[in-house]
Amino acid sequence: MTMTLDTPVESTQSLAPPSAARWRRWTRPALGLLLPLTAAVAWEWAVAAGWSNGRLVPPPSTVISTIDELARSGELFRHMATTLERVGAGFALGVAAGTVLGAISGYWGLARQLLDPTIQALRAIPSIAWVPLFILWLGIFELSKVALIAVGVFFPIYLGVMGAILSVDRKIVEVGRTFRLSGPAMIRRILLPAVLPAYVVSLRVGLGLGWMFVVAAEFMGASEGLGYLLIDGQQLGKPAQILAAIVIFAILGKTTDWLIEIAAMPFLRWQDAFAPSRGAF
Amino acid sequence: MLVLDRVGKTYPNGVNALERFSTEIRLGEIVAVIGGSGCGKSTLLRAIAGLDRASYGAITLDGEALTAPHPKVGIIFQEPRLLPWLSVADNIGFGLSDVSATERRERVAAALAKVGLSDKAKAWPRELSGGQAQRVAIARALVVRPEVLLLDEPFSALDAFTRRDLQDHLLDLWSETRPTLVLVTHDVDEAVVLADRVVVMRPRPGRLFEQAEISLARPRDRNSELFETTKRRILTALDRSLDQAAPDPTAAAETGDALWW
Ligand SMILES: Nc1ncnc2c1ncn2[C@@H]1O[C@H](COP(=O)(O)OP(=O)(O)OP(=O)(O)O)[C@@H](O)[C@H]1O
Ligand SMILES: [Mg+2]
Repeated sequence: MTMTLDTPVESTQSLAPPSAARWRRWTRPALGLLLPLTAAVAWEWAVAAGWSNGRLVPPPSTVISTIDELARSGELFRHMATTLERVGAGFALGVAAGTVLGAISGYWGLARQLLDPTIQALRAIPSIAWVPLFILWLGIFELSKVALIAVGVFFPIYLGVMGAILSVDRKIVEVGRTFRLSGPAMIRRILLPAVLPAYVVSLRVGLGLGWMFVVAAEFMGASEGLGYLLIDGQQLGKPAQILAAIVIFAILGKTTDWLIEIAAMPFLRWQDAFAPSRGAF
Repeated sequence: MLVLDRVGKTYPNGVNALERFSTEIRLGEIVAVIGGSGCGKSTLLRAIAGLDRASYGAITLDGEALTAPHPKVGIIFQEPRLLPWLSVADNIGFGLSDVSATERRERVAAALAKVGLSDKAKAWPRELSGGQAQRVAIARALVVRPEVLLLDEPFSALDAFTRRDLQDHLLDLWSETRPTLVLVTHDVDEAVVLADRVVVMRPRPGRLFEQAEISLARPRDRNSELFETTKRRILTALDRSLDQAAPDPTAAAETGDALWW
């Protein structure tokens, strides 16, 4: 009885501010890591104990040593760079096109009536369906891959920007009008800051789709890239290599997403959710 | 002098929100506009602010027609309408983009001090209470030194204590530069505390029904007998304005500055 009573008392003491905030900052990611780490350790242990040969599902140590080997030979860096370049180029193109067309559609009603039905119809087509056409038009090399990624990135950005502009609070725009802001000043001082939070969200969604589509693009024939590592691992029966590529995808995807979040943070500090004490970090 | 000459507004959907509204408002006068819901008070204010154009008639400030937002005319809405991405200080300085940074800083600091929020200069709008946010909105409107300040039910979303506090506060601020105030309110108490003149409107179509000069000395004692009597008179006029059968004295008002009682 005394034991069970003691424990919570101690833990509340250790949670007392100001260490409480620090404590929480470290425990939250740690809590998130608990499940995958436990699973990894358990699997490692199961294979070591001989309960499984680990051939189809290699233990973490094998995956890590595969990553290590690939890194030492310089291959890993080459594949990563290629995939990153493709995602980067496709993302940049998709963001540029989505932002421009989304802004035009959001701002001018006539443009929206002209453009939006067509774009919405195109959106209904599964993007992978474009692959054969892109290959015919752009060849099987980089261009068709970048185009496919750009298509995937384009739609969330377009919808995000248009929706954000359409939902800017009229009441706040009126404040700008009473202070007689010129057109450009209205865009810079009211529209852009009002649209930014939704824009950042659509950038992150777009980037996620970019990573999804780069795999599809690299499946359609590539001699380099993380997607190639996947296919190569499948054809040569190297599950460790597949898992290594998947782990790298996860790390790159999370890192690039995090970079967008970091870059946007100074501009979104005014939002409740981005307050440092309650942020995602 | 702010002159409204037979101002009318018909919305595109055919609603006749305001009809033949005429009055003259002296510089520094405080006019309270009261009337039932939907009688065109906001329509009137938005037309003076230049946010919506009147369909008929003319609104002039010192002879200059007001058809678009004017630098000498400010407006405060029922909601504070602060820009959530700007700090309190930057919100107040929002309309001062054409003065030097140093002057802007000084004027914003002075305005913050006047509304008693110096310690909130760096806060975000979301961190303010309703009353504090509305103070910031008042400071933002006054810092550009308007000649005419329009207020559309500025305190109606606040609790009774905060409302009184801000009414007194508004009077303090007004006494410094004495701009013209046109205040729409549902609160007869508020109208009698603040106004030199109360304009009662009636609906369908929205028009001027009666107006009354309030000559009580300032500061006004909310508990005095004279205050109560004045309030009762306004309430009676308000009741009559809502009575469909009551005759419409507006026509007489147009011919001269006739006042009742
Ligand atoms: N944008 C608009 N389009 C069409 N009709 C409108 C519009 N704004 C107001 N109206 C109509 O005009 C009339 C007057 O509206 P207004 O907002 O001026 O009334 P109000 O006196 O401010 O009322 P309240 O006291 O409820 O704020 C109402 O019948 C309203 O329905
Ligand atoms: Mg109104």
